[in-house]
This record gives sequence, structure tokens and C-alpha cells, in this order.
Amino acid sequence: MASEGHAETLALREQFDTADQQKDASTLGMWVFLITEIMFFGGMFLAYSVYRSSYPVVFAVASSSLNAVIGAVNTAVLLCSSFTMVMAVRAAQLGQRRAILIFLILTLILGMVFLGVKAYEWNEKFVEHHVPGPTFHLEGVEMQGPAQIFFSLYFAMTGLHALHMVIGVGLLTWLIIATYRGRFSAQYMTPVDIAGLYWHFVDIIWIFLFPLLYLIDRHLR
Amino acid sequence: MITEAAVEREHYLNASYGIKSWLLTKDHKRIALLYLATVTLFFFLGGAFATLIRIELLTPTGGLVSSETYNKLFTMHGVTMVFFFLIPSIPATLGNFFLPMMIGARDLAFPRINLLSWYLLVIGGLFALYAMLAGGVDTGWTFYTPYSTTYSNSWVVATAIGIFIAGFSSILTGLNFIVTVHRMRAPGMTWFRLPLFVWSNYATSLIQVLGTPVLAVTIVLVFCERVFHIGIFDPALGGDPVLFQHLFWFYSHPAVYIMVLPAMGVISELISVYSRKPVFGYAFVAFSSVAIAVLGFLVWGHHLFVSTQSVYAGMVFSFLSYFVAIPSAIKVFNWTATLYKGSISFATPMLYAFGFIGLFTIGGLTGLFVASLGIDVHVTDTYFVIAHFHYIMVGGTIMAYMGGLHYWWPKMTGRMYPEGWAKLSALVIFLGFNLTFFPQFILGYLGMPRRYHVYPDEFQVLHVLSTAGASVLAVGYLMPMIYFIWSLRYGAVATANPWGATGLEWKTPSPPPVHNFDEMPVVTHEAYDYSTVMGEVIEVG
Repeated sequence: MASEGHAETLALREQFDTADQQKDASTLGMWVFLITEIMFFGGMFLAYSVYRSSYPVVFAVASSSLNAVIGAVNTAVLLCSSFTMVMAVRAAQLGQRRAILIFLILTLILGMVFLGVKAYEWNEKFVEHHVPGPTFHLEGVEMQGPAQIFFSLYFAMTGLHALHMVIGVGLLTWLIIATYRGRFSAQYMTPVDIAGLYWHFVDIIWIFLFPLLYLIDRHLR
Repeated sequence: MITEAAVEREHYLNASYGIKSWLLTKDHKRIALLYLATVTLFFFLGGAFATLIRIELLTPTGGLVSSETYNKLFTMHGVTMVFFFLIPSIPATLGNFFLPMMIGARDLAFPRINLLSWYLLVIGGLFALYAMLAGGVDTGWTFYTPYSTTYSNSWVVATAIGIFIAGFSSILTGLNFIVTVHRMRAPGMTWFRLPLFVWSNYATSLIQVLGTPVLAVTIVLVFCERVFHIGIFDPALGGDPVLFQHLFWFYSHPAVYIMVLPAMGVISELISVYSRKPVFGYAFVAFSSVAIAVLGFLVWGHHLFVSTQSVYAGMVFSFLSYFVAIPSAIKVFNWTATLYKGSISFATPMLYAFGFIGLFTIGGLTGLFVASLGIDVHVTDTYFVIAHFHYIMVGGTIMAYMGGLHYWWPKMTGRMYPEGWAKLSALVIFLGFNLTFFPQFILGYLGMPRRYHVYPDEFQVLHVLSTAGASVLAVGYLMPMIYFIWSLRYGAVATANPWGATGLEWKTPSPPPVHNFDEMPVVTHEAYDYSTVMGEVIEVG
């Protein structure tokens, strides 16, 4: 039949007419997905805004109890991972298999470092009784309730972000295996491209989380 | 008996056989039928809950079930109907089947994701079913905090997980439709040649993609609050339960338009084909869908008029809610103008379309009542509100869904439905519907609150009328169930274009081949150009 004029391959699924059409569709699909992600995180950012404007002093004190240096280091790690991701996409466009592999592995390592540091930070919260629950206590504030809400939001937002990082790490692992097996070429590298979009998005979420959670009441002296 | 012609030709139904060829299919047409079976099941489950509610309300004493059980009945009726029937109904069945065909595509852009979204609906549905069988949930479908997070002693978490998962089904369907409309149109199929059903599904998809994630994160917060007591909705810790209402209605008001916009798209198709005229003011009807989608996000506060929202915010939300009336009225007036000097035939789908226009107009106009601050304070949480949204959801969405099912049934199955029975059932549904819900306007205006099963004696007559109507309505819904199944075997064999319609979906055999078209269509005309339908040229005007 005329309308099923080609066999299905990875670069050209049967519902598409041309490889360009498929790449355009996949890319648009990822952008639309990222818009849904913005709305998803948006609910949390709204809750944060409401309670920060209701309890500005408590939020400032609670924020100052977080370790801004570790947070800054982690931000740098994530920014570097975005850079290596860009380089991986560039290498994929040029069809350089070895370079894709190297940059993807670097991105993966940086992502794992970020998650490791995050785990260390969460552990500290348990030690310091900053985890919401019966034993919660934050020095220096009278209103323990709103302080708990700050840390609830802290855990919810960084937790959700970390979940996205874990998914990103999974994607990277899959991409590394696929690259190793020679699945990608300069003609077909859409998965690397759209995984890159996802990774940068997760990075940008952190760029917003870091100042909102860590830097509320920091001043240069 | 299957006729010989049907045996000869290969189409999407006989291309492969066996349970695996259905459960692992990537064909949007088969997935649409999977959805059809699933939502029909949930429709009758939700209907069973409604039946119990109506039987209980026959007497004012509340003798049949306990108050606790009654709370669970109306909650599970709402949850089932809203999240597992109405939201997927038209987009995931009729939209899934016909959106790709109408734009001349072989399939949706992401067939695997399409199948995944059906599985997500089923898994979400299983969670909800589990919650219902294990003991039910009693918070109302709105899950208001702090009752749902702190006090309710029922299966809130399992139900919430079910809705969360089903939400992703909705998001992925929307994503798939948006990309498909942008990237998969046939040569010559410009944006302003798209059938209006495609426009309205596109607008619906925008809401699904932008709104549903907010519901998802709200459910995550409710889950955390209920399981870990994080304090976000708990006043004892400084949290604000009303924040939940804002987040919930930010999705759930636009969700009303997820339910009704595709219905409006169906009506545009039906009115045009059965009056043999292009839809009057095509561009206005198309943009009014987008306008409803956008405005839908700006009116959630009208659900919070009596929930500590400031009077000024209330005034703004009331004002904005009135704006929704403009695009809605544009549609109704343009449909009416389409009928003017048309060559109208009264086939079953057209009867449903007429039913829709009347009932949607009543539902829409009473929407203005509840959108105005002063009146709403009087009728908040009464049967007036119940009647209002059932006129939109049942009188609007389900009427259009039934109309669309009849209209496209020959294309989907290759068989005609029995016209006489179908007309009778359309009439029964229309009468049953009005008898069920019109008394509820009066009940509500007189002060009967929603969600109570014990009520003063003077309300009994109206409740009995409503229950009588519900029994008629039930008969009306069972009839198509029977004759549709009957028609699969005994219905007359359908031609490619039994209605003389213009859409691309009618330019291919019934049922369509696996890849929809034997030859890639090229579009050279505007939508609804009836001079192009061979042998059925009708002079217009």
C-alpha cells in the first residue's frame, strides 16, 4: 500500500514520512513534556511562595541552617555536568562515537557526585533533628511549626529534584550502552539530543532551588 | 453473518488475531477500542453508585444505607465518573481513533506512548477499584483538606495513587495529540483546514498538559501530609488547608473544559454534516476552543467564594468567570446559524446534537448564576450546583459522546447501528435526563444541601421525581449497549461514507485499513466543503 511506503527502522518509525519529521516530532514531544514538568514543580514553588511570605523570619533562620558552601559546590558540579552534556550532544551531531562515550560517562559521574553530596546533606538533617516529625527541633525560632514546613518543602523539592536526577542517570546509562553498541550516528542521534534537553531542565530546576532554599538570608559581610 | 466482501478485504480489525495482538498493539484505532471498553466499564460502575444514591434518596429518612456508606457512595460515584470516565471519554476513544485520520496521518506521533497511556489508565483504575473494594473512600471527589489528610478513616491514599497514575495517562494523551497535530498533518492540511473536532481536541490537550501536572503535585503533597504529617495543609503547624483548594481547583476547573471541549468538537462535526453546510464562522468556533482553554485557567477562585477568599479576589474571579460565557455563546450561536437554511436530517447523531445544544445552554446559563457572588453564596453546596454541573457533564459531554459514537460507529466497526432503536434511546435519554436533573435545580434553590441523605419531608416529591428520571435514564443507557453489540454481527454493512460527510476519515473504507489510508491523502479544500462529496452535491444558500 502506498501509505506504508517504508520499512520501520529506529531513525524512521512507520508512522513518519521522513527522518526529519520524526526528529522534529520527538524534539517537540520533549519540549511539551518539559512544560508539564514546569507545571509539576510549579505547585511546589507556589506552596513555597505562600509559606515564605507568611513566615519570612522563620524561613530566613531555617534557610541559614543549611550548608551554603556544600550547596554551592553541588551547583558547580551540576553546571559542569550540563557542560559535558552539551559536549556529548555536539559529539553526537558530528558522529564521533568515542567522544560521545567520554562525555556521557563524565556527565554520569558528575550526576552521581551530585546525588552523593545530596545524600550526605540529607543525612546531616537526620543527625541535627531537622527532619519533620516528632523529634523535630530548630534552634533560634519560636514557631517550630512553620520551621517544619520549611524543611518539609526542602525535602519535597530537593527529593523531587533528586528523583529526576535518578531518572536522568538511568537515561544516561542507557545512552552509554546504546552508544557503545554503535546505535547513534550523525544521521540518527535524537535520543542523545532529547536526553540532553531533559538533563538541562533538571539542572535549571536546581538553579532555582539553590537560592530559594539556601540563600534566603545570606549577606556578604 | 460476515459478508464475503468484509472477509476479502484486510482492515485493522482482521489484520491480526489473538489477545496479544490487542494488548501489545500500537495501532491508535485498536487502542481507541481498548479505551472504549475500559471507560464503558467505568461508566457502568459509576452508574451503579449513582443508582444506589438515587434509591437511597427516595425516602427522607435515610434508611437504606448508613451515613458513612452514603458518603462513600457519592465519593466513588464522583471519582469514577470524573477521573475514569469523563476525562478519558471523548479524547481517548473518539479522539484517539479519529484525530490521526482527520489530519491524514497513519498514526499518532508516539504510538508506544499511546499504548502506555492506556495501561496507565488501567493501572490507575485498578488502584481506585482496590480502594473501593477494600472499604471505599468518603472524602468527596474533591478530597478537601484537612479532612482527607488528617481525619478521614478511609482509603484515601490508594484512591489518590490511582488518580495520580490516571493523570499521567491524560498528560501523555495530550502530549501525543499536540505533537501529532503540529507534525503529522497530510500535505495541504493547513491549520485552518483542520476539522473543528481536531481544534477542540488540540485545545483540550493544552489543558491536559498544563493542568494535570498541578493535580499530580497536589496529590503528592496530600500523600506526604497524610503519611508523613509534613504540615503543609495542617493549621496546627501553621499550614493552610485552603491552599489545597487553590491547587486542586487550578486543575479541576480547567478539567471541566477537558470534559466539555471535545464534546463541542463532536457537535461541530454533527451539526455540519446533518445540515449539509460548513460550520458558520469556522475561525471563531476554532479560536473559541482555544479561548475557553486559556480562560479556564483564570477562574478557579469561583470555587472558593465561601472559603475565606477575600471579597475582592472573589469579585475578580466572578468577573473572569463571566468571560467564559463569551466563547461558549459564540459556539452555540454559530451552530444555530449553521442550521439556518441547511438541509437538515434527523439522524440519531443529530438528535443528540440538538439535545446537547439545549442542555448545554441550560447548564451554561445556570453557570452564570453560580459564577455571580451574591447568588452563589445562596446556592453553594446545594443541589442547584449538582444540577448545574450534571447539565454540563451528562447533558453536554455524554450527549455528545453518544452522538459521536453513533456517527462514527459505521467507520469504527463497518456496521450500521439500528436507526429506529437508536432514535428511541436518544429520546429516552433526553427525557430521563431532564426528569432526573431538572427537579434538582428546584431542590437546590429551596435549600437542599448536597451530600446529605436525610432531608426534610417537603423535599420528597422532587427527590422521587429525580429518582424516577434516573431509572428512565438507566434504560436509555442500556439500550445502546445492547444494540451496539447486536450491530457488530447483525447490523447492515456500512459503506465508506454513509453520511456523505467531508472529513478524511470518510475517504477510506469502513473499517479502515491498518495504516488508515490506501493512498496518502492530499488536501485541496477547506473543511466541510460539501461540493467535494461525490454524487451528493447540495446547493447551499
